[in-house]
Amino acid sequence: MDTIKSLKKEIEEKEAELVQLRARLVEAEKLGVRSDRDGVEGEWKWPLGERDYERYSRQMIVPNFGLQGQLNIKHAKVLLVGVGGLGCPAAAYLAGAGVGTLGLVDGDAVEVSNLHRQVAHATSRVGMMKVDSAVTYLKGLNPTITYHAHATHLTPQNAEEIVSQYDLVLDCTDHPTSRYLISDICVLLSKPLVSASAFQTSGQLIVLNNPPGKGPCYRCVFPKPPPPESVVGCGEGGIIGPVVGVMGVLQALEAIKLLVRGDHLKSRAGDGEELRQVGMLLFSAMGDVPFRTVRMRGKRKGCFACAGDDSALTLNELKTSMDYIQFCGVNQPVKLLRPEERISVAEYEQISRTNMTHLLLDVREKEHFGLSNIPGSINIPISRFTAHRGEGSELSDLIPTDAPPDAPIYIVCRVGNDSQIAAKKLKDLGADRNGERFIGDILGGLQAWKTTVDPSLPFI
Amino acid sequence: MASTPDDATAHLSLDVEFSGGLEMLFSDQRRHSLTLPAKDKDGNPSNIAYLIHHLCENVMKDTRKELFVLQEHLRPGILVLINDADWELEGEEEYELKSGDNILFVSTLHGG
Repeated sequence: MDTIKSLKKEIEEKEAELVQLRARLVEAEKLGVRSDRDGVEGEWKWPLGERDYERYSRQMIVPNFGLQGQLNIKHAKVLLVGVGGLGCPAAAYLAGAGVGTLGLVDGDAVEVSNLHRQVAHATSRVGMMKVDSAVTYLKGLNPTITYHAHATHLTPQNAEEIVSQYDLVLDCTDHPTSRYLISDICVLLSKPLVSASAFQTSGQLIVLNNPPGKGPCYRCVFPKPPPPESVVGCGEGGIIGPVVGVMGVLQALEAIKLLVRGDHLKSRAGDGEELRQVGMLLFSAMGDVPFRTVRMRGKRKGCFACAGDDSALTLNELKTSMDYIQFCGVNQPVKLLRPEERISVAEYEQISRTNMTHLLLDVREKEHFGLSNIPGSINIPISRFTAHRGEGSELSDLIPTDAPPDAPIYIVCRVGNDSQIAAKKLKDLGADRNGERFIGDILGGLQAWKTTVDPSLPFI
Repeated sequence: MASTPDDATAHLSLDVEFSGGLEMLFSDQRRHSLTLPAKDKDGNPSNIAYLIHHLCENVMKDTRKELFVLQEHLRPGILVLINDADWELEGEEEYELKSGDNILFVSTLHGG
């Protein structure tokens, strides 16, 4: 089996290499033709390279884009932070459009679960650093531009060195900590920022710090970070590929608009550019109105990052004393139950082998439950527990009514947090009948069950 | 047609929407058509602060209030849009509601 797998992988890699070699050959032959002719006809007299007229013709003939638009794009250096669901499509369109220098920052490697949405990666490149995988793809798309792969996460320590090499930044990351850091460094280095985000079936997009020093920054719009328990990532909450894809494509579009207008050039020269009304685009795939743009506030007086006075953040402070993780807070593990109220997966496995009457409640949402579960478990989603107000001690929503009233109840969830909340709720509602009935949870949840009892269980 | 007399019995009709995951706290329903008294119990015109209080007391089924309100105010990470404009452009909690207003509560997203 392993030999087949590794051979398949090797073939895929060689084929990918061939594709690239052929693309390089085509380019080299064109160059050869041109230099031969140049020898005869003298110097090339047009502002773009010969190949560029063909490659970018379809966008250059669009009204108000023109040669100048293409030259602006060609001379621009654009940085994408994050090469995931947003960064992949954004990078593809920016590379296709001919952005002269494209920088990619990401410290993660490609995983199979990324591939349904992160369209620059490939099955044959699982395990490769995302920046390297994306550059492989992008070179196939457009080998004529320059790529810089920064195989690291952006940190307060490396942010200045990396971001200062570019004219425009796209925030394609997935956490508030990076979003505040990217906004702060863009304010300090006067770079416009195109920020997007997506979750499940929704997306948001806003252009910040544009023109630099005049438009609001991320902190102006979101001065306080959300409480960490309200931050759920795509890994846990899920994401539909085209939802994050459309947001990444829109980011590329905003970047192209900004470059063609030359906003990034005007700002540096300190021109008195009028501030446009700042809008935020909200995308809701399942809503009655999928796209809507809302009017947003401008700069916040006394903003921590962009107030522009002596109290505002400095580059040195960002590098030496900013702790973004502490600022955004860390999600504390739930500790609601005492050790004697919790059993291990091995203990539950023993119980399930005996014929003892008991209940196993799985409190994950029904989508998770439907994908994999422990035999005999009953699905009562956690939202039913949190929605239960406890009036009249009505328990039929939470415990199957046909269960014997003294049957012990074991509660399981994904990793062992929600199961505690559910157990606590049942006890608060008096379901343990003053301790006569055992109610407790399974430590480590389905994750531990997979590790210890059933390695075949799909864990999502 | 005679206009409604401006007394304690007058009511406002509002279109309240939740998105970005907040609908989960409101019975998984994105759009709620609400009728609110035009004045609060102290006789002041109903504003956004009153609407938030009303939503917590009468509309939210979920017990996790802290995902909507923290220390008597909307929790950080929720945007309020009054007729498609950031509430900061309209006076935030103090904005006095008018019949027909569309109030959208959106949770900020972070995934990517």
